[in-house]
Amino acid sequence: MNDDAERRKHWLVRRDTIRKIWIGGYALLALTVLAQFLFPVHGHFGIDDSFGFAAWYGFGTCVAMIIGAKLLGFILKRPDDYYDR
Amino acid sequence: MIGNVIPPALPLLAAVLILPITSGPIRKLFTLLLPLLALFLVWQVPDGPGLTFPFIGLDIVPVMGSNVARLFATVFTLMALVGGLFALNQARVVELAAAFGYAGSAVGVCFAGDLVTVFVFWELMAIGSTLVIWSAGTPEAWRASMRYATVHLFGGVVLMIGIVGEILGTGSNAFTQLTLDSPARWFMIAGFLINAGAPPLQAWLPDAYPEGSPFGTVFLSAYTTKTAVFVLLVTFPGAQILIYVGLFMVFYGIIYALLENDMRRILAYSIVNQVGFMVTGIGIGTEMALNGAAAHAFTHIIYKALLLMSAGSVLYMTGKRKCTDLGGLFQSMPVTAICGIIGALAISSFPFTSGFISKSMIAQSAADQHLAIVWMMLAAASAGVFLHAGIKFPWFVFFQKDSGLRPPDPPWNMRLAMYIFAFLCIGLGVWPDGLYALLPYPTGYEPYTGSHLVFQFQLLLFSGLAFFVGLPLMKRTLTISLDVDWFFRVPIRRAGLAILDGASALRAGLADAARDRATDSWHFLQASSGRRRLRMLGQSTGVAVLIVAFLLGLYVVLYYV
Repeated sequence: MNDDAERRKHWLVRRDTIRKIWIGGYALLALTVLAQFLFPVHGHFGIDDSFGFAAWYGFGTCVAMIIGAKLLGFILKRPDDYYDR
Repeated sequence: MIGNVIPPALPLLAAVLILPITSGPIRKLFTLLLPLLALFLVWQVPDGPGLTFPFIGLDIVPVMGSNVARLFATVFTLMALVGGLFALNQARVVELAAAFGYAGSAVGVCFAGDLVTVFVFWELMAIGSTLVIWSAGTPEAWRASMRYATVHLFGGVVLMIGIVGEILGTGSNAFTQLTLDSPARWFMIAGFLINAGAPPLQAWLPDAYPEGSPFGTVFLSAYTTKTAVFVLLVTFPGAQILIYVGLFMVFYGIIYALLENDMRRILAYSIVNQVGFMVTGIGIGTEMALNGAAAHAFTHIIYKALLLMSAGSVLYMTGKRKCTDLGGLFQSMPVTAICGIIGALAISSFPFTSGFISKSMIAQSAADQHLAIVWMMLAAASAGVFLHAGIKFPWFVFFQKDSGLRPPDPPWNMRLAMYIFAFLCIGLGVWPDGLYALLPYPTGYEPYTGSHLVFQFQLLLFSGLAFFVGLPLMKRTLTISLDVDWFFRVPIRRAGLAILDGASALRAGLADAARDRATDSWHFLQASSGRRRLRMLGQSTGVAVLIVAFLLGLYVVLYYV
């Protein structure tokens, strides 16, 4: 039954494909960091010379922005008919 | 014909008259030919003033060529052409005519040689764009267009104060580089920034643009904010305040887009975000930064129009615009999905797309000027763009859950318009030299170095990881987010209504009192002399005239004080 439902799905959204996409994604992430050995990234200010700077900085700031938006959302979010009432 | 140049704005402005009086294939022909003619004329304008004529003691220069004007006018007319193709068989004629008038006015600003001409086209743009929003024909669009017009007419007044002050103060109406050293110039920059979507009035943009039709919003995304970028680039390059204003816009756009549920409002917030990058670049003010801002305006118009065409196609085919109602559309709308993804990659500055070769110049200029904090913030914001627009838009519209909707791709003209802009997004990214040759200053910038590529791939792919890790925190909800427009739409509106209520209560009270007095007088008159009553009837009018005369007198006195 479950397998049937899986087969009816578009191949791109089957559980198996999604698992493969995650594995491929992690491999790609590792590759971009390892590529730094081949093409050293030249920093301008010191901190951006640290290893994998763009990787950890990009990830860290994005998580911070997601959490920041979530927290602001508690104050700012209203039902979408708020102004029509 | 004015002098020896034809104003490039002319064909687009003429479209306002021509499109409504033609129909069928003739109208379609004009819809495509007039922007093409405008694009051709853009390249016929020589550098320097085309013609000067005196007007109330000022030199008016309606057409003046420069390489910055040509760059912006090229992308404006190209946008009108491809936008016209996108809307060819579907948009209402009033909408198309308004959009072309709006585009023509933006081109008019580009070639303006003096501040009076800038102002005239600036106001025409406000009218044209209001009509574009209004042509969507929904009650929401009508209300949004009125709020939009209010902000832009206010912005026009602020700009006019600045321009009049500039002319009175310096005797010059030259549209050229200025330093921020007089109150009049602060008014001017404020007027420009209102149109750029800068704080504190930035809410007009995400409020109004998503209410346009699927076609109107494509045009809206291109002109108002980028014309503001153009005038800031010409008048106030290197004004430090623009760095802070720009950085605010960058993060405002990201945070609000992350909270948003309406797919086209996500993209509207990201216009503020992208214009923030340009404004920051203008504030940095070096040749590299200004080249970056100009190039980014050029590439941004194309990929943002592509994104809004993709979103517009979804809206046109499904009638839905909320992420909570959408999802899984890649299965039946592959062209729309792929073109949307290409636009999303370009806005995220993915290598080999147009955003990569333009935005990186702004960050590079911050590094060259040793603006460490600005550079760090721009890097974080670049990651944030991928987060809020690059992944969020395609993910929630085309993937996420299966909404069960299976609409086909849109009609051929809408698909063709998306193909053209998708091709340009990649073409400009792979072969940037053509665009670099058009920039205001000579550029020796080389975007494709191993170091830069590794940096960008790390930044973007890890921000992608953050998106999927943080996905549970970003569940779509049926909500909107409060913005500064709340002040106008709730407390100020309530205060206004209360004043109106008070005024009408007062009027009713006065009317009652007057009626009582009149009745009393009537009885008195009847009692004393019936013949004089007609003369007395005029009394209340006489009192009103007296009050008005008193107020006018007071006004005149105050005016002279």
